[in-house]
Amino acid sequence: MTAISLPRRARMTVSQWRSLRNGLLFVSPAIIGLAIFTIWPIAQSLYYSFTDYNILQPPYWFGLENYEDLLKDRVFGIALSNTLIMVLIGLPIHLIFDILMALLLNSKVRGLPLYRTIFYIPSITPVVASAIVWLWLFNGQYGILNVILRWFGIAPIGWLTDPNWTKPALIFMGLWFGGNTILVYLAGLQDVPEEMLEAAELDGANALQKTWKITLPMISPIIFYTMIINIIGYFQYFSEAWVLTANREGAAGGPANSILFYSMYLYQTAFQQFKMGYASAMAWILFLIVLVATVILFRTSGWVYYHAENT
Amino acid sequence: MANTSSPATPSLLYRSTWRQNRKTVEGIQKAIAYILLTFMALVYVFPLYWLVVTALKTDSEVFLVPPTLFPANPQWQNFLAATEYIPFWRYMGNTFLIAGLTIIGTLFSCTLVAYGFARIKWPGRNILFLAFLSTIMLPSQVTMIPLYITYRSMGWIGTIWPLVAPSFFGNALYVFLLRQFLLSIPQDLSDAARIDGANELGILWHVMLPLMRPALATVALFTFVGVYRDFLGPLIYLTDQDQWTISLGLKMFQNQYGAQWQLMMAASSLAMLPTLVLFFLTQRTFIKGIALTGIKG
Repeated sequence: MTAISLPRRARMTVSQWRSLRNGLLFVSPAIIGLAIFTIWPIAQSLYYSFTDYNILQPPYWFGLENYEDLLKDRVFGIALSNTLIMVLIGLPIHLIFDILMALLLNSKVRGLPLYRTIFYIPSITPVVASAIVWLWLFNGQYGILNVILRWFGIAPIGWLTDPNWTKPALIFMGLWFGGNTILVYLAGLQDVPEEMLEAAELDGANALQKTWKITLPMISPIIFYTMIINIIGYFQYFSEAWVLTANREGAAGGPANSILFYSMYLYQTAFQQFKMGYASAMAWILFLIVLVATVILFRTSGWVYYHAENT
Repeated sequence: MANTSSPATPSLLYRSTWRQNRKTVEGIQKAIAYILLTFMALVYVFPLYWLVVTALKTDSEVFLVPPTLFPANPQWQNFLAATEYIPFWRYMGNTFLIAGLTIIGTLFSCTLVAYGFARIKWPGRNILFLAFLSTIMLPSQVTMIPLYITYRSMGWIGTIWPLVAPSFFGNALYVFLLRQFLLSIPQDLSDAARIDGANELGILWHVMLPLMRPALATVALFTFVGVYRDFLGPLIYLTDQDQWTISLGLKMFQNQYGAQWQLMMAASSLAMLPTLVLFFLTQRTFIKGIALTGIKG
């Protein structure tokens, strides 16, 4: 018995060992990448966040001073609250709008590929090129948006010059860029089993009830996924606002810093003022905020319904 | 016969009125959907229409109030002028070079890594995969500064390498996509090749790669669009004007010649062309890819 089982067990271990070696070899780019592009930089940035570091001189240990200074930094407060407003107001508007658009697209209309293409195109055009068009559409004097408002007898709006209007303008423009999420929802909607909706209809459910009670729960995992991905994206909001507001000197943020966002201020601190320690502290605070937001989302994800397909 | 048909008749009747009601309700719903969709489609198309129309206007026509909805005398030469105003072709070339190298790096690394996570069983692979996948949730700002400092010490600031190099070490989202794809391929195929004496690389190369082509095409496409649209990366690293990508070049162009709207619009229209053409040529791959990954929008 032992004479047979021993070599067999030994052979098993050899093949197990071999597949462990092969597996690690195949994923080694990811392991190396994880180490040098993620884990090590995270540790480094934590260290820098406790230092005064302008690149030219070696980092100088600062203790908690950066963090204390951030608490007193008025511009940092503005950038943080602007970002939170976008996450708490802009993002829900964006997601609700995208769901509504996807529901519309899912109503079995003819010409779906055409509509789909039209809504998707803005999300593959270069952000800078599109933002330049919006800069012109938003133009207070010559922009077509104000021209249209004037037709309806509405006074022109300082879309990008009035601090009260810059965020709504950005959210409005953001809807135009959101076609990708619409298509993600649409793909989910197309997977909702038709029989389920028909059964509900036979039971007397109207369109609204069907949507609320069946369709939305069925795509709730996708809604949850887009929430997670977009919340992280919104906390890093940069390109659109930067292109709309940055001038030749690299100042950005719009009137009264009303659309100065977290990562814009971080960029300016790190790559224009070269206050690497201070910027690292900002990065770490952002990291913690995003982490907390993600944990809250997961903790409150009781509304997400996972439909088991084979039961 | 009568006994069996009598209970069936009312239910049939009920069914047919139900069908009729359903048809009229559906008809109204559809009409509303068409109106709303067409309206929204016009709203979505308008900025792009306005882009091209403004690009075709003369300097003075741009500032007419109310604006002309169609240029009185289309200035097609504006497009040529835009390519001369900024080193348009150089910026395009730079962008394509970065995109090309990034695509090579991404396809190479993500294929290997996905194979290791999907087709080879080894202890710890699921934990490592989850750890790798969770990097999607890491805000890039956290690693941005240390990486910049490292690249700086390597003398890479002002070169394209900081933008290209990371692609050779796997991208979590694309690894996820390819892994899903590889998991769906039956194990028998690998086993047959293994019996024929093929090793893992041989299986990947001869058996998996031919099957993976559509998935790899999706990855290549999304990588291209990602690089093409990227603004922050080039803004940080491409400090040398000769290396600028088209996105960066456009922004700088706008800062410098802000008043020349028609030329800016012409340059922006041209900058949009590559991704648009690519999209129209490969629509199906795109749409399938979105459904597969739900890539960030």
